[in-house]
Amino acid sequence: MKLLTHNMLTSNIIKGVTKGFPLGITSTKVEVKEVDFNPAFVVKTLTKIDYPALYQAAKDIGYADGLPEKLEDNIKENEELLKKLHNALLQVEVIEGELVCPESGRKFPIANGIPNMLLQENEVENVAQ
Amino acid sequence: MAARSAISPQIEPMKRYLLQFAHEHFDFRVQEIKSILSLIGCQATLKESDLNDGSPFMELELASDTVAKALMQRTVLSKRLYEFWEEGTSVSDVSTKIRQLPKDMIEPYTSESNSFRIVVETFNKKLSSGEKISRIEKLTETGSIFRGPINLNCPDYSFHLLEFYHNDATSQPASEPSKIYFGRWIADGQRARIQQYHLQKRHFIANTSMDACLSMVMANFGQIKDNDFVFDPFVGSGSLLVACAHYGAYVAGTDIDFLLLHAKAKPSRAKQKARSQDESVRSNLQQYGFESKYIDVLVADASHHKMWREGCQFDAIITDPPYGIRESAAKIANVQDAKVITLEEGAQRYPQKAQYQLGDIFKDLLNFAAKYLNKGGRLVYWLPIYKPDYQESNIPQHPCLEVESNCEQPLSTTISRRLITMVKIREFEGPESDREQKASIAVDHYQCETFRQKYFRATETETQEKKESDTLSSGKNHS
Repeated sequence: MKLLTHNMLTSNIIKGVTKGFPLGITSTKVEVKEVDFNPAFVVKTLTKIDYPALYQAAKDIGYADGLPEKLEDNIKENEELLKKLHNALLQVEVIEGELVCPESGRKFPIANGIPNMLLQENEVENVAQ
Repeated sequence: MAARSAISPQIEPMKRYLLQFAHEHFDFRVQEIKSILSLIGCQATLKESDLNDGSPFMELELASDTVAKALMQRTVLSKRLYEFWEEGTSVSDVSTKIRQLPKDMIEPYTSESNSFRIVVETFNKKLSSGEKISRIEKLTETGSIFRGPINLNCPDYSFHLLEFYHNDATSQPASEPSKIYFGRWIADGQRARIQQYHLQKRHFIANTSMDACLSMVMANFGQIKDNDFVFDPFVGSGSLLVACAHYGAYVAGTDIDFLLLHAKAKPSRAKQKARSQDESVRSNLQQYGFESKYIDVLVADASHHKMWREGCQFDAIITDPPYGIRESAAKIANVQDAKVITLEEGAQRYPQKAQYQLGDIFKDLLNFAAKYLNKGGRLVYWLPIYKPDYQESNIPQHPCLEVESNCEQPLSTTISRRLITMVKIREFEGPESDREQKASIAVDHYQCETFRQKYFRATETETQEKKESDTLSSGKNHS
């Protein structure tokens, strides 16, 4: 699971959870898989992500090296920084680990790089159709 | 386009072209062209009535060869595109007409220094090579406009004589062509991609993997382009993601089937005993060199929208929801007062899945798209239908989404599926509990009976009818 995906996920599906973001993240196995550097996509993606959550997640798994705590406005021109963000968003992958609901502590396992977001019947919120 | 016409009020001169479609997926062909033209932002006039009598040839007007080539770079349902030179009802008629074409139109391609060839192609009739040669001779005999040398393998310019013979299956096939076209070849469509991405050669397939051609058609309907972020909530083996990655998109998906995504499901290929470890959506993208376009797949219930953070947006949602025929339609059961389940450390437990009513799948999908699509983004999905009961009011609606197209693929005499393309026309303004902001179906196609029941009732009736007609015809043979 890439940190871009982590940035998009919440645990708001659990009964009783109100925000569920950002999810905590722990890892026992992380791999950095090379992805073609595409500055246009990185810039586009940065407009949609929650940067503090990305920074925290990268820190939690030990891959925040060189990432600024806050994002400046002129990132477009800073290729070196874009490459670091590219790495954090698209190359760093949690292969084995867990996502943790910030409110209930419920854990979602990540196995083989694939997070399992399924809940048990008793955890599902009653949604009126 | 609008901004440009403000500067120069005169309309760009349009040129006549001829498009040759492949003979399949009839209801999708014109729509695919329209969708691509709107994606590349080009004006065009299509003479759709050309196709009415079963002809694969359609005349159209486009601004330039550049536009024409861009169009052919994407279409999988068209074979070839020609610059329109002449049409007629006989070869000599066409041959006479092309001699009268304006010099400035033909000379750049017919002078002494340009090698050429003429290809004869017929539709609904086979010609012997002798008949073809006599046609070519008629076009190139004394006084012909073609002055360059003939080169069959690698000519500078290729000209096509295209003959359409009417054939309506009830009467005798026509012996004379109802229309003959002559044109200069401009570009081929993307038919070769169908082989390149063929499922037979795909590393990882599931029971309902979408074939390569329709996957690419869906990507065209979704107007997928470079750097898009595309999502498939019922991802399966990721066939649709492969097509979207081909057009430059980054892709992600979810599936409720844990075993499938983890390569532990029963194999879908005959004679294969177990899936290999690396059968994954990622490996499918890797196979075609699209690994950089892979974002993630997740095991998740597509009906749980709130799993996605508010504000996260996709450029397109392209999907083939499960109909409950070959793949069960399931979501996590919503058990009231369910006992708390305590799991021992490391124990694997699969939650109980509930039947997911088809009408609800589609309403959920529309609600999801209304919230998580970029404005202007497209939702493309299949809606299975039982033909005798189908009416337009069966199409799910949402105030934020507008139906762009609705094309039918017949699967049997009574069953078909419709490819629905919707465009997000306004931003979703919650709350989700607001009825005005929710998807609805005027007449639910699946209300009284599930699609599965309809499907099997139809199949039973068909088998029975076939048996009866078989007995009848075999009785005839004996008498």
